[in-house]
Amino acid sequence: MVLVFAEATNGKFKKAAHEAITYGTKTAAAMGTECVALTIGQVENAGDLGRFGATKVYNVNSDATATFDSGVYAAAIAEAAKQLGAKVIVMIHDSTGKSVMGRVAARLDAGSAPGVNSVPTVSGGGLTVRKSVFSGKAFAEVEITSEYKVISVAGNSIPVEETGAAATVESLDLALPASRTKVLETQRATGRIPLPEAELVVSGGRGLKGPENWNVIEDLAEALGATTACSRPVADVDWRPHHEHVGQTGVAIRPNLYIAAGISGAIQHLAGVNNSKTIVVINKDPEAPFFKAADYGVVGDLFEVLPKLTEAVKAYKAS
Amino acid sequence: MKLLVCVSKTPETTTKIQLTGDGSDVDTSGVKYIMNPYDEWYALVRALELKEAAGSGSVTLLNVGPADNDSVIRKGLAVGADDAIRVDAEGSSSLFIAKQIAAQAKEGNYDILFFGKETIDYNGSEVGAMVAELLDVVYVHEASKLEVSGTTATVTRDIEGGVEIVEVELPLVVSAAKGMAEQRIPNMRGIMMAKRKPLKVVPAVDAAVSTKVTHYDLPPEKSAVKLIEPDDMTELVRLLHEEAKVI
Ligand SMILES: Cc1cc2nc3c(=O)[nH]c(=O)nc-3n(C[C@H](O)[C@H](O)[C@H](O)COP(=O)(O)OP(=O)(O)OC[C@H]3O[C@@H](n4cnc5c(N)ncnc54)[C@H](O)[C@@H]3O)c2cc1C
Ligand SMILES: Nc1ncnc2c1ncn2[C@@H]1O[C@H](COP(=O)(O)O)[C@@H](O)[C@H]1O
Repeated sequence: MVLVFAEATNGKFKKAAHEAITYGTKTAAAMGTECVALTIGQVENAGDLGRFGATKVYNVNSDATATFDSGVYAAAIAEAAKQLGAKVIVMIHDSTGKSVMGRVAARLDAGSAPGVNSVPTVSGGGLTVRKSVFSGKAFAEVEITSEYKVISVAGNSIPVEETGAAATVESLDLALPASRTKVLETQRATGRIPLPEAELVVSGGRGLKGPENWNVIEDLAEALGATTACSRPVADVDWRPHHEHVGQTGVAIRPNLYIAAGISGAIQHLAGVNNSKTIVVINKDPEAPFFKAADYGVVGDLFEVLPKLTEAVKAYKAS
Repeated sequence: MKLLVCVSKTPETTTKIQLTGDGSDVDTSGVKYIMNPYDEWYALVRALELKEAAGSGSVTLLNVGPADNDSVIRKGLAVGADDAIRVDAEGSSSLFIAKQIAAQAKEGNYDILFFGKETIDYNGSEVGAMVAELLDVVYVHEASKLEVSGTTATVTRDIEGGVEIVEVELPLVVSAAKGMAEQRIPNMRGIMMAKRKPLKVVPAVDAAVSTKVTHYDLPPEKSAVKLIEPDDMTELVRLLHEEAKVI
């Protein structure tokens, strides 16, 4: 059996959870078994996860799960796997997934593959998955041979598929440790899709000259329904919030479309974005290294090009 | 305060990755190695700052790896750590490494165990959480801020599109992200002193290895960029819609 930890934010499931269920369902099919979902805490409409292939949804909810503690969540996932007899555990490669995955693997003495981007191939008792390594500069195929196997799925790497219908939800009673993490405050930008999940991203670099000029980036993002990002020096000097910084030391993303304006394309920047499906580069310097990694390029002044692009997007959306 | 900083060795950030002919391995000839940036810039420096603020305590480095890694460990000693332990092993799967670290940590009774948020080679983001579970200690991943007062730590961790601020009791396992501290460049005196600081080499404990890389490949070469006239953004939108099919 494949068990997918379907993470919810404020009780709601995001696209990444649907991707993880799709991934688990395909993995289960390759193994000739079924895929079930595990939800933790207070969640809405959990049965809906059946639409993406989960044959059953389990929920663990207690005082200990009211806020996030990696030890409690890991115990819930690992103990659920043991109780249900699931040998493959799938989760999302996001901040929650990264906080608990290692704990789950240690608890189950399992081999693990974090941040994979393909459905596994099955060989005997082993699973082989593909993941990006060296910050996007290469891919590796990793074989897991332990009895339990823990996998986390990189965002935007598995298209969501609807294959089933709503599933029944059953609550699981597990002995969980008490939470040791007191959450004082959660600050989350509202309104926008978080960067790691965004399919469309508009990003600005030092070429923007100052934070007061970001309206040209914001306007294009608004017209496209995209999320905004930035290069590292821009976050370093606080022109933009730290969580927008992409690259080797920032967030690694793989959107369908990445538009970079006023960014030179240093190798450490590319490391975080070169898995994007399509890259558009706007730079006034025709020699900017970013053009080598781009699908489409515009050599020009971003302060003229971006407003024109925004108008063109609006015209296209209106047509 | 007794602090442990787990450090790994990674290729320098500008390294161009090349493979051996059949993709069975990474071609390491000519690759320059450094200490993993998250371990050096953020975890190690914050540990030093906490020790300095407390006016007492120790900062110990721990690496699981072969003798080649000593130069990276010496760099950490030059930045300011007091001593170091190297578990003599070919670093292999994450859980193997975590079990080595946990075995050493059990003996050391550390108040805080520092990790980087990920290594920039295999991008696992998992060893810290594994060690926390093996030791049954609280874990905070991807922390961009860490304050300690008495036995209580206040930690800001990065989450999608924001941050979460949490309070935990020591002992704590924490992984460091950008923001936790500012990189320190070792000075001449630090480099000289590092040569005389203790670096203990210990044998590995028995642990299974249950993951292995069976093949590597490189991303396909990008075809040449298609240039669009800056005056013709309608054409760019058309291409994004009709050719790239992304909008
Ligand atoms: C270990 C390490 C890790 C790093 N990690 C990251 C990381 O995670 N992410 C990251 O982004 N960087 C990272 N960096 C920094 C990286 O090396 C570059 O310094 C950085 O990406 C440059 O940012 P930029 O492109 O915004 O600025 P610049 O390099 O200054 O480029 C600005 C660009 O804007 C163009 N421009 C200027 N004016 C205009 C205009 N009016 N119209 C159009 N174009 C214009 C210029 O031609 C230039 O190409 C890292 C560096 C190191 C050493
Ligand atoms: N071989 C190693 N020796 C010591 N610490 C390590 C080793 N490998 C990883 N770590 C630590 O674990 C962190 C996360 O690594 P990873 O899970 O591989 O991304 C690193 O930033 C280091 O702090």
